[in-house]
Amino acid sequence: MQIFLPIAEVSVNAFTLVGLGGLVGLMSGLFGVGGGFLITPLLFFIGIPPAIAVATGANQVVASSVSGVLAHVKRKTVDFRMGGVLLAGGLVGSGLGVWVFTILQEVGQVDLVVQLCYVVFLGLIGAMMLQESIRALRRSKNPTYRKRSHQHMWVHRWPAKMKFRASGLYISVIPPLLVGVAVGVLAAIMGVGGGFIMVPAMIYLLGVPTKVVVGTSLFQITFVTAFTTVMHAVSYNTVDIMLAVLLIVGGVIGAQIGTTLGARLRAEQLRILLALLVLLVCGKLALDLFLRPDELYSITTEAR
Amino acid sequence: MRVVLTVLLALWLTGGPAVAQTGEEPAPVSETGEVIPTFPDPSQRQRVIAAIAKRKEQPAEQVVAGLSRDSVAITASFDGSEILIYGAIKRETPIPDGPPLQIIVTVEAPSRPLTIWRKERKAGIWINTEKVEIGAAPGFYAVATSGPMNDILQEDWDRRYRISLPLALRAYAGKLAVEDAVPFTEALIRLRESNGLYRLDEGSVKLVDQTLFRADVRLPANLIEGDYKTRIFLLRDGQVMDVYRAPIEVRKVGLERWLYRLAFDQPLIYGLMSLAVAVIAGWGASAAFRKLRRA
Repeated sequence: MQIFLPIAEVSVNAFTLVGLGGLVGLMSGLFGVGGGFLITPLLFFIGIPPAIAVATGANQVVASSVSGVLAHVKRKTVDFRMGGVLLAGGLVGSGLGVWVFTILQEVGQVDLVVQLCYVVFLGLIGAMMLQESIRALRRSKNPTYRKRSHQHMWVHRWPAKMKFRASGLYISVIPPLLVGVAVGVLAAIMGVGGGFIMVPAMIYLLGVPTKVVVGTSLFQITFVTAFTTVMHAVSYNTVDIMLAVLLIVGGVIGAQIGTTLGARLRAEQLRILLALLVLLVCGKLALDLFLRPDELYSITTEAR
Repeated sequence: MRVVLTVLLALWLTGGPAVAQTGEEPAPVSETGEVIPTFPDPSQRQRVIAAIAKRKEQPAEQVVAGLSRDSVAITASFDGSEILIYGAIKRETPIPDGPPLQIIVTVEAPSRPLTIWRKERKAGIWINTEKVEIGAAPGFYAVATSGPMNDILQEDWDRRYRISLPLALRAYAGKLAVEDAVPFTEALIRLRESNGLYRLDEGSVKLVDQTLFRADVRLPANLIEGDYKTRIFLLRDGQVMDVYRAPIEVRKVGLERWLYRLAFDQPLIYGLMSLAVAVIAGWGASAAFRKLRRA
């Protein structure tokens, strides 16, 4: 069933979109990631203009993170204070990102920068996840391994300290603010939630306990992507609600199925699979950048 | 036959104002920003009018035509549309001797400015480096002919009416930053041809007894909105004898139109609405599945 997207002005198969949303939702349910970093490049592959893919991707992330954060609030695994600080940084970063986006659009380099960001971050994340899951697999075979408990890091020496009770931390507000800004910029430029950056940053840089990391990052992501969606809609009219609805329908169903499935399968092996998948998408995008393209020319139409 | 002609004539008469648009092509703008008069250049226009008048003295041949539809509605399930353009040649005298009559039909979408980029290898990766800005290029352009374009249309007439694809693109906008812009415009035509947005269908106009003709023009699914122009050229010996013009209105309708207008007129409300949809969907799905699991 072909459907004409009012803003993207292209006609695509509705089932492809629902399926795509479902697939990404399934993974986000299985692996506990937002899925934004997969959906945006997949939209590029099926021919949605990058600017629209990014803005609509952000909108889709709102839907998937809302249902996630609700579950975490219920389990009391959200550090609202930490989330608030991250959010303050995130809103600044998102505004900054949308501004950078404008400049890129003017000089005709949106596609390049978005693709480059994807190659770099997907590459990093994929490699990290692969390493992490292989290590976890070894650890499960070798029970003598012990994790170091509480450690003091350089961020603990910065000024403007603040108490984060739910995380059991007493650290400077500057590092979480900076992490928030970075994630906000990524959200605006790449159309992702940024959970894949924020989660490791919170664990390794801020020392937030793993228990509250996912809930807190989802809390921040919900608001930052919501803000990004509105910013993109107001400044560029690039949010395609029809596209978003189809992706969301697939996404929420897929996410629920994924969560159920995930509980029954072995996590480490799944993580390796996800890592390989991420590297695959990264490789495809990288090839597009490094190999001589079939078509050297491209057309951009001015804003209507 | 006569009945058909009368009906067509009546159609043509009611569509009179459309014919009066003859020669209202916007003139292109040169590199320095001044207007280059191509057609209608005043002197040329006089000559053409004189030529037409001369032909009118010796009974002229005229096109009378109709379209199967004069508006296209883009709905959510829109996946292209077929337009049938049909008509006849009206003449008072027997068919003249000489080379046979030929027909060219063009359907043209409104023009928009655009930029063509060329990628180049810089530091190992392919990035957009050079660009050519086109002042106005139609978002859709289809040419259907009754024979090979080069044989049935003389170049100067082509230039005058901007019939063939390269000529339908209007002049460059601003100062040219590249030495040779031709590969850029060729790329534009190539890209849009592969999208089905630009099309040349030689020999697709069916002409019967040099009197009746029909052409089927397929509009692709990726159309832009606007007032489309249809032109039918009557040609003899490579020269344009008569032009018939008719508009086609392409509009988004229903939900499509409402969303599109809202997105551009009330972007804040539209953005908030998109958000609301996302939040409700996310919350609703988790609530629904929780109920399902409990049941």
